[in-house]
Amino acid sequence: MYTQGLTPETETPVRAIGDEAAMARFQARIDAEQRIEPNDAMPAAYRRTLLRQISQHAHSEIVGMLPEGNWITRAPSLRRKVALLAKVQDECGHGLYLYAAAETLDATREQLYDDLLAGKARYSSIFNYPTPTWADIGAIGWLVDGAAIMNQIPLCRCSYGPYARAMIRVCKEESFHQRQGFEIMMTLARGTDAQKRMAQDALNRWWWPCLMMFGPPDTQSQHSDTSTLWKIKRFSNDELRQKFVDATVPQAHHLGLSLPDPKLHFDEISGHWRYGDIDWEEFRQVLAGHGPCNQERMAARRKAHDDGAWVREAALAHAEKHKARAA
Amino acid sequence: MATPRFPLWEVFIRSRTGLAHRHVGSLHAVDVASALEAARDLFTRRNEGVSIWVVPSASISASDPAEKAMMFDPASDKIYRHPTFYEVPEDVGHM
Ligand SMILES: [Fe+2]
Ligand SMILES: [Fe+2]
Repeated sequence: MYTQGLTPETETPVRAIGDEAAMARFQARIDAEQRIEPNDAMPAAYRRTLLRQISQHAHSEIVGMLPEGNWITRAPSLRRKVALLAKVQDECGHGLYLYAAAETLDATREQLYDDLLAGKARYSSIFNYPTPTWADIGAIGWLVDGAAIMNQIPLCRCSYGPYARAMIRVCKEESFHQRQGFEIMMTLARGTDAQKRMAQDALNRWWWPCLMMFGPPDTQSQHSDTSTLWKIKRFSNDELRQKFVDATVPQAHHLGLSLPDPKLHFDEISGHWRYGDIDWEEFRQVLAGHGPCNQERMAARRKAHDDGAWVREAALAHAEKHKARAA
Repeated sequence: MATPRFPLWEVFIRSRTGLAHRHVGSLHAVDVASALEAARDLFTRRNEGVSIWVVPSASISASDPAEKAMMFDPASDKIYRHPTFYEVPEDVGHM
C-alpha cells in the first residue's frame, strides 16, 4: 500500500495510456494476472474507475462507524461493549487503509474528505438505515459485514496492487465482525419472546437493504463490463448476491428466524436459494440522498470534521514550532 | 473548508524479534511522535509488531518502472550466480 510519495515529484504520478499498442500491453499484463502498481502505465479510465470505487469504499467504512457507534455507550454488557468498540475501531482503520490506496491514484486525502463532506462522493446505501434497537447491532455484524466480506474476498485478487493489499488486511480483520454479530443474534434468538421478536424485527428490516448492497442487477449495472475485463471485479453483482443469500439463509434458519421474503425457496436443480423481487426504487432513493438517515449521517460527519478543526490546526502549529526550534 | 495537509509517512513493522521490518502501509501525521502513535493504533492492534519505523514518504527514492529493463535485465541471464549451475556428482552427497 505505498503511496504517491514514491514518485519523483517532477512528473505526474500516474501515467496515462493513450495509444492502442499500449492498451494491448496493459490488457496483456492484466490477463497474465500481473498486478498494476501506482507508477505503472494505466488507461485513464482504469484509474478513474478504481479511484471512484476505492474512495467510495473508504467513505463507506468511515460513515459505517456511525450506525454502530450509536450503541457503544449502551451495549448490554462489558463483553459486548469492548467487542463493538474494537469493531468500530477496525472500520476506521479500513477507511484509512483505503484512503491510502486511493491516494496512490493521484488523489489527495484532503480532497477525498472534502468531496465526502460536500456531498459529492457516494458511500454504501446500507449506512443510511437507522439502528433503533440493540438487535440492529447483531444484524449489522452478521448481515452487513457478511455481505461486505462476500464482496471483499474477491477484491483481494484485484488487479490493482494497493487495493488488493488493503483488502487482504481488511479481510483478516473482518471475520470477527461477522461472528460477534451472529453471536448477538443467537443470544437474542435464544432469549425471551421479546428478545426473539427484537432479533426477527432487525432481520426483517436489514435483509432487503443488505441484498441491495451488491448493487444493481447485472442487466442494469453500468460499470461491470470494463471492471471485469480489467479484473477489478471477479464476480458480477448478481453472482455475489446469490452467494450471500445461499450462505445466509441456512444461518437464519439455524437461529430459528424467518426471512421477510414470501418468494424465497430452495431450488433443488440449481442448488441455490431463490429470492423475490428487490425494490430497486428504494435503492435509487437512498442513493439519491432520500434514505432514512442520509441527512443525519452527513451532518454527523461534518460536525466531527468541524469539531476536530482546532485539533488539526493545533497539531500542525505544534509540529511547526518544534521544527523551528530544532532548526 | 479545505482540510489542512498533513505530511505522508511510510510505516515499517518488525513483526517478531529476529525478523526484518516490513512495509505495511502509509498514513498522514504532523510529526514523528504522532506518526508513531498513529502507526501503532492503525497497524498493531492485534500484536502485529514489536517495533515500528516511520519514514517521511518524501525521503524515499524509488527506481523508475519505465527503466525496469535497464535496471534488472542484466541480472536475468547470469545463471552461474545460482548453485544449480554447478554440477556435483550425486555420490558426493549434499553440498
Ligand atoms: Fe470494514
Ligand atoms: Fe467490518
